[in-house]
This record gives sequence, C-alpha cells and structure tokens, in this order.
Amino acid sequence: MSVNRAQRVDLEVVAGLIPPLSRVLDVGSGDGLLLELLQETKQVDGRGLELSQRGVNECVARGLSVIQGDADTDLEFYPDKGFDFVVLSQTLQATRNPKLVLDELLRIGNRAIVSFPNFGHWRVRLSLFFKGRMPVTEDLPYSWYDTPNIHFCTIRDFVNLVEELGASVEKATALDGNGQKIGLSMPWWFWNFFGQQAVFLLKR
Amino acid sequence: MTALRAAKTNNEADSPSSPVLRFGPDKPLKLDAGTLLSPFQIAYQTYGTLNDARTNAILVCHALTGDQHVANTNPVTGKPGWWEVLIGPGKIIDTNRFFVICSNVIGGCLGSTGPASTNPATGKPYGLDLPIITIRDMVRAQLMLVDHFGIEKLFCVLGGSMGGMQVLEWASCYSERVFSALPIATGARHSSQNIAFHEVGRQAVMADPDWHGGKYFEHGKRPEKGLAVARMAAHITYLSEAALHRKFGRNLQDRDALTFGFDADFQIESYLRHQGMTFVDRFDANSYLYMTRSMDYFDLAADHGGRLADAFAGTKTRFCLVSFTSDWLFPTEESRSIVHALNAAGASVSFVEIDTDRGHDAFLLDEPELFAAINGFIGSAARARGLAS
Repeated sequence: MSVNRAQRVDLEVVAGLIPPLSRVLDVGSGDGLLLELLQETKQVDGRGLELSQRGVNECVARGLSVIQGDADTDLEFYPDKGFDFVVLSQTLQATRNPKLVLDELLRIGNRAIVSFPNFGHWRVRLSLFFKGRMPVTEDLPYSWYDTPNIHFCTIRDFVNLVEELGASVEKATALDGNGQKIGLSMPWWFWNFFGQQAVFLLKR
Repeated sequence: MTALRAAKTNNEADSPSSPVLRFGPDKPLKLDAGTLLSPFQIAYQTYGTLNDARTNAILVCHALTGDQHVANTNPVTGKPGWWEVLIGPGKIIDTNRFFVICSNVIGGCLGSTGPASTNPATGKPYGLDLPIITIRDMVRAQLMLVDHFGIEKLFCVLGGSMGGMQVLEWASCYSERVFSALPIATGARHSSQNIAFHEVGRQAVMADPDWHGGKYFEHGKRPEKGLAVARMAAHITYLSEAALHRKFGRNLQDRDALTFGFDADFQIESYLRHQGMTFVDRFDANSYLYMTRSMDYFDLAADHGGRLADAFAGTKTRFCLVSFTSDWLFPTEESRSIVHALNAAGASVSFVEIDTDRGHDAFLLDEPELFAAINGFIGSAARARGLAS
C-alpha cells in the first residue's frame, strides 16, 4: 500500500504489541517501514512478504529479509506456527479472500496482528448517506473504480469474522483521525463509529 | 595464435598460473559415481585477507565455462576477471573487507583435475576415463579447500547458474558451514529443456571427427568446430530474444545486400561465429561435456525424497535468491520454487526478481539492481555476523 509514515499511525500500535526478539512475518510489508522499526527497536527476526516487486527490491537493498509474493496464494508455503507473530497491516481489505488469509495468519503465527481502515467510521457513513457516493477520504484516497481495496469491512464485521474462525481477540485498539487511541472502556458501537483505524491482536 | 592459446589451455590443466592444492592418495575425493578420484588437485585464486577469527571468507562458485579467475586478469584470454564488476577493492564485494576464494571446479580445465589433466595411471590426459563429476562432487572438493584454510564457517557462498547450483548444494549439504547463501539465476534442478540444449552441444562436440572418442590430445587435434557449434547454440540460451533483436535486429554484416549464399550475411551470425571461435581458444571440449553433464544430473529435491524443503530442513543459513525476468534458461519460477521450499523449512530468505531484457547472462553484467540487492543482503548478513564495516 502506498501510504506515508505519517498516515501509518497504526505501525506504532502494531510494534507496541510485539515483544523483543520475536519471530515476525509481515504480510504486505510494503516499503519495509514496520520491519525496519521492529528490527531497530525490538531486534526481531523479521521477514516480509510483499506483492510489489519494486517494494521487495528496495527492502532487500536495505538489508531486510523480504520475498515477492501474494497473501492470497503464497501463505500456504509457510509451516504451522512458524512465527510468534504474523502481521497483516492495512492489507486485509486488498486481499481477494480475506477469510482464507486470516485463517492462514492464525495457522502460521502463534498470534496474528491485523490492522485495517474501519469502513464504519462516521465520515464514511456520512459520505455515503449525504453525498450518495463511495467515500474518498484522506485514509481511503482511491475512487471506487481504481481502488486496490476490494473487501472493506467495519470493526463489527471483523469481530464477527474472527468469531467465525474460532479465534479470540486478545487485544483491540481503535485509533481516531489523529492517530489517538480511543478509550478502552468504550463499547464496540462507539469504536465502530469513531475509530478510523483498528488494530487487533488475535489468537487461536 | 589459436594453437598457441590451445597449448596454453592444455598447460593450464596440469600446471596452472594459479595456486594449486594437491591431495595425495591419503586424501581421495569421493565421487557420486561411486569411485574415488586420487590423486587430484584444486586450482584457486584468493583476494583480500582472512581475518584472525576466520569469519570473513566468501566462496565464489563459477558457472559452466567460468574459472577461478573471478577478479584478476585471465591468464588465457588476457581479459578482466569474469566478476570484476562486482568483486575487488572498494567494490560491492569489497576485498579490503572480505577474503574471497574462487576455485576451478573439479572437471574443469584451468588447473583443477579434469579430463584435460594428466591421468597419473597412463601419463596421458584423462579424456573420458575421468568418472562423471556431479555438482556435489565439486562442492566436496571445495570443502576440502575451505578446510585447508581452516575456515569453520564461510560468511557467504555465492554464484550464478551452475555456480548457483553449487551454492544450493553447499547450503543443503553443509548448512552449518554456510552463514549466508546467494544463489543467482539458478534452479534446484536442470529442466528437460535445459538438458536438451546441453545434449545438442555434446552431440556437436562428439560429431566432430577431431574429437576421436575424447582422445584428441593423443592425435594432436582438438574438436574445435564441434565445440564452437556447441557454444553458439548455448550462447543463444544465455540471451533473450528482445536483447538479441535490440542488439542485432536483421542488420547485415559488412555488406549492403544479401549475398544469396551461406556466408555470415547477418550480424547475429557473425557474432555467434565469433563467440564460438573465441570459446575454443580457452576451453577444453571434454571438460565441456563433463560440465554440462554435472548440471543435467543436478536435482536437489530428488536427493531428498522428492521434497525440496527437506533439502533445507532446520537450516540457519540466511538466503537471498535473485532471478531475471528475461532469463528463459532459469526462469523466475525456478527460483520461486526454491523460495517456497525455504519458506516451508522456516529459513530466512529474501528473493529479488530483476526486470531486464538481458537474459540469463544478466548476472555477469553491470546490473545496478542486482548490485543493490547483493549489497543490502551482504551488508545485513555482515552485521548479523558481527563483521565490522
């Protein structure tokens, strides 16, 4: 995904969930920002899987351990529980089969960390409600016809899918438009309305 | 000139310009063919200095018609070393920092025991009396060289094409001796199409009446025509259609019109003839047979019950694979299947596919993206190995 670091407020949250020296697979590692952050601050044994060849080549040139591959087709080659954490950050909505991908993440990692843009955010709802058009926001800058994001979901949708896959939510964080964490005590409907991004720590 | 160079090649086989490590009857080389090769010798070149901890050694494995002269002027051709764009003082593989070893493979013709070497039992060149040599045999010999230097663990083993096969064999057989592995433009097996091209080359050599069943030295001859044809056919497979057309198109060679004959009307014909002719000056025909055969026999998965991932089970070696989009000899899919096997084995692996129209030979050329990948990989491996930059 082509988003700059300022927009990737979720990265700090994701990194905060990972203890030092963990074995981490970053699925959709993009330009390698998360892997670099984790290597610098947590000395993790990090690997990346990235769709764009350009992204991969740049990562390898920077000394990161990344291969070119597709989350939809290439996760099957990884062994069960081969990693402490498998991260899917801002990529779930761009996969062809999010359910299968999530299932694979839970198989490969002892824990899975998933972050995604919340389609239930009030701005999105407002845009559709008043303008009657597919929302184009700072977070979701694409038009409906050229977006790589083909499977949007809301925080509530995601929680349902997690249940369906027999996994449990160990931790969840919603971030507002400024990247601030929304209070933990808030009910799901509140998060679903005000959360622009969501980060989930899952286990099965 | 040709005769002079030919004599030089032959001479290089027994008494090369390189340092030579000789193994007597007490240290035979165990061959996959089921026999022992003894005595035998390895010719090699080194660059840079081995550090006190012996942790900065890089082994470079050469390709089918390569040799140990990776970063120095070639004594036979007078041309620069075949990977001098990459290796040398201040280069990507910096010989001020690393100790680089490159040896002529067993079966080769520049000083390691091969078919052109004198068979001590007969006093004549081995010819086809030399047992078939496999990639694993080459690696076993290299291991003996590495042991000679007292190197417990190589910092990196790298090579392209047949050199890449040796890298994979090293990483599979002796993973505890390899800290990082960099196989480029290669595969875990030789495909049917690749075997087919090699067979055409071998048949061209053997069809030359000057081949004399492999005993051409005894007849004072060399199967130059056959070997040149073999090289011409092989050379096409090292390039891509796009690059050939970009370079030569249908351009005519030193003429304005077709001659309505079988002279080299087209530039591409002239180019290939030149490639064939210069090759026979530097390479032994029997060695070509042995080298091609070693690649044909290579099938790493077959050596591990048909499951490639088992070839790398439990490996701690860090891998980086590189392929080129226009390489139709070792297409990206070959590298990708190795990557998937390494993933299944839980290995640390990077994989870069480089967009170029220069075909298989791209690995020998000045390819900035290749160099950037090698630089990044070696740099991070060196940090992990605790080598000062």
